[in-house]
Amino acid sequence: MAQQMSLDVNGRAAQVSVDDPDTPLLYVLRDDLGLHGPRFGCGLGQCGACTVHIDGQAVRSCITPVSSLKAGAKVVTLEGLGSPEQPHPIQAAFIAEQAAQCGYCINGMIMQSAALLNETPKPDEAAIRQALAQNLCRCGTHLRIVRAVQRAAGTL
Amino acid sequence: MNAPLLSRRGLLLQGGALVVGFSLPGRRAEAQTFAPVATTGFSKPVAPDQVDSFLALGADGRVTIFSGKVDLGTGVETAMAQIAAEELDLPLDRVTIVQGDTALTPDQGPTYGSLSIQKGGVEIRQAAATARARLVQIASERLGVPADALVSENGTVRPKAGGQGLSYADLVKDGRLDLKVDPAVKTKDPARFALVGKPVARIDIPEKMTGRFTYMQDYRVPGMVHARVVRPPAIGADLQSVDEASVANIPGLIKVVRQGNFLAVVAQKEWAAIKAAGQLKATWSKWEGLPEQDKLWQHVRATKVTKDDVTSSTGDAEAALGQAARRLEASYDFAIHTHGSIGPSCAIAELKDGLLTCWTASQMTHALRKQLAAMIGLAPEAVRCIYVEGSGCYGRNGHEDAAGDAVLLARAVGRPVRVQWSRADEHGWDPKGPPTLIDLKAGLDQQGNVTAWSSQFHIPEGAAGNVPLVAASLADLPHETTMAPGNIIGNSALPYAFPNVRTVCHRLASTPLRPSWIRTPGRMQNTYANEAFLDECAAAAGADPLDYRLRALKDPRGIEVLKRVAELAKWQARPSPVKDVAGDVLRGRGISYVKYELNRTYVAGVAEVEVNRHTGQVRVPRFFVVQDCGQIINPDGVRNQLDGNVIQTVSRVLMEEVTFDRGAVTSLDWSSYPILTFPDVPEVVIDLIDRPTEKPWGAGEPSAAIVPAAVSNAVFDATGVRVRSVPFTPAKVRAALQGA
Ligand code: FES
Ligand code: FES
Repeated sequence: MAQQMSLDVNGRAAQVSVDDPDTPLLYVLRDDLGLHGPRFGCGLGQCGACTVHIDGQAVRSCITPVSSLKAGAKVVTLEGLGSPEQPHPIQAAFIAEQAAQCGYCINGMIMQSAALLNETPKPDEAAIRQALAQNLCRCGTHLRIVRAVQRAAGTL
Repeated sequence: MNAPLLSRRGLLLQGGALVVGFSLPGRRAEAQTFAPVATTGFSKPVAPDQVDSFLALGADGRVTIFSGKVDLGTGVETAMAQIAAEELDLPLDRVTIVQGDTALTPDQGPTYGSLSIQKGGVEIRQAAATARARLVQIASERLGVPADALVSENGTVRPKAGGQGLSYADLVKDGRLDLKVDPAVKTKDPARFALVGKPVARIDIPEKMTGRFTYMQDYRVPGMVHARVVRPPAIGADLQSVDEASVANIPGLIKVVRQGNFLAVVAQKEWAAIKAAGQLKATWSKWEGLPEQDKLWQHVRATKVTKDDVTSSTGDAEAALGQAARRLEASYDFAIHTHGSIGPSCAIAELKDGLLTCWTASQMTHALRKQLAAMIGLAPEAVRCIYVEGSGCYGRNGHEDAAGDAVLLARAVGRPVRVQWSRADEHGWDPKGPPTLIDLKAGLDQQGNVTAWSSQFHIPEGAAGNVPLVAASLADLPHETTMAPGNIIGNSALPYAFPNVRTVCHRLASTPLRPSWIRTPGRMQNTYANEAFLDECAAAAGADPLDYRLRALKDPRGIEVLKRVAELAKWQARPSPVKDVAGDVLRGRGISYVKYELNRTYVAGVAEVEVNRHTGQVRVPRFFVVQDCGQIINPDGVRNQLDGNVIQTVSRVLMEEVTFDRGAVTSLDWSSYPILTFPDVPEVVIDLIDRPTEKPWGAGEPSAAIVPAAVSNAVFDATGVRVRSVPFTPAKVRAALQGA
């Protein structure tokens, strides 16, 4: 039985119809709301490609059933941070460092490090590497990603 | 759903002639998403000898470049734009690139082998230079000014002496030049380069950093439904029965599709397809056709050899080995690897009115088009493959197979179907880098110089080509029956001038898992064995490993990269291993060198390692690399590729190994196939040699070739123990240390 839900995504109210309350948030964001920021990488919570913010916390949307969202929970995706015209400072730092090869992992990198910088505004390099230890990149862009986070933190 | 769809803007078909007038700078997806008119109706030429195949001059002053080579996440799109804008004297932002669309782009060959710039870029450069020469010629006629008194700049041609110029759009009204590419055309003098050789920012990055970019995995077409495949639990198992009732309760399920051993579920929504794929009950026959993994190397040794490729033969290696003052012998092996793209493969297919359109992240859309056509019995002309960039692609991974799946399913349900592979589909069913086993012998004279070198590479037969599609094999539809592991014999011969050398590749009739090429195929494994075994010779001779290489190297560009990397890494001349080691963590350094395929890009590298003598854990804190790839198009892009090659290969060498039981791959996720993570990623220190007046060579693969041996050599330097089996896991290193 399809269930109507209302979500708060990127500051806007969104109505979605969900067949199965176990549907991971990832598919609601991508398929129902047409967002491209959160990405499917593993569906297992192992890679971080699907990361979004829920009430400011970095969360893996591929293993977050949509029904587990608390009423009024604020979901923010990569699109909610900024745009090419008006990038969020951390997005601007990734652009300045040219921190992507394919860029498929970058959603997770930016969302995870944005959450880090909220809690720890000036992490050192080791702390950044540790905070991103569960985020996988296959292209080998790690060094630029770390530099981008340092740049965003003003510690480069 | 805000699908990024299908605009006809930009492509206007007027009286049969194609007029290209992209009015949407910056919207990359637009350029890629023409209306799906499939294969008929286009009059745009695609023959690789025509200028109009490669470029179209827009009425708005923009130029569209049609590139058969595609950006796999390597920055090729930006590099192509730099090359074209440079030759056409245009600002970069007036160039749009359309990639890998079989209806629009010339077939420039698959995007592999580090050939995008070297081959594809040079072809685009020639087309653009030919176009520019013609524009100047037309302007000369119109203005009555001799061509050599004209100058092109900023999209116009004007007299050098000053005065009114004419824009390209004015010079060529319908955007077409009707002209053959002149391969002898004079291209721009590198001294005048304004864009080539500069660290231009990548065109795609702002959209990728903000979620606006459309990857293949994001692509949607109207009326599209979602599918997941259900692969056999053992590779050769037969499907005996399917219990459709087991998924009847899933809302929005459209169909369970079965054709031979090909099985899949199609549903309205993606999550329903995922659930159905997990829930579907099917019975399969037993199949145990794979060798036991712990006897893999015995299995490789026992595999039938179908032919020998002698890749070099100088003097008499056997006789010289017999006369040598000292003989060395060793075997090296290199595990099976998966591509491991972070986004699993994905494709969409639509079959309408006898025409097939397939949106795919394939690195070889022109070849895929023929494969898909053969699979379902269509003429190639009835098939259009459109490239949409996917997750990073490091060789022939699962993209083409997902395309094959989508085509069968689109035909079965009569609607456009999107197939998204699961993580397990990707790890389990992408074609693999095959296992490689190498036996080497060397003879040294009294002074320790190599007088004889003999090597034997045990590698599957076949070359580059089409890898058979999983769907076609499972459904027993027409497909290739030969293996295509890539050109894996490259770099089996040596770049060094030894007097007696014989290098032979024994080509094997089979290999356990479907093979393909994965970054630096064969060239990595072969360079690993050669450069590590050469280090064994240097150690036996008591020589410094750098000096030992320089003694045997005659090529000045090779000598230069080695000397420069030594300088960069502050190399101290001494034989390996290090003397007087103390403490729990042993430190060492190793050097390695390649001249890629012995005819292009030169790379030398130095690895620094730390080896924990108790756990056997190897870390690579720092890696130095110097590369000479001739003319550099984008130095920042090249640096990005070098970072990627070093980091990805350190991961492969320290950690990666596909595991399998007698029926199938068992390393199906990131916990069973771990890769290097942030805390262990080495610092990469790079020095580039730019030679603007030389040919541009590839940078996407060569630097990966030097990594395994540099690490093996550094471990030996640190510990005195030689590791010869990739991956260098703690268990293997610990065992070697205990045995020492
Ligand atoms: S897709 Fe969610 S962690 Fe990999
Ligand atoms: S940039 Fe490609 S996976 Fe990270």
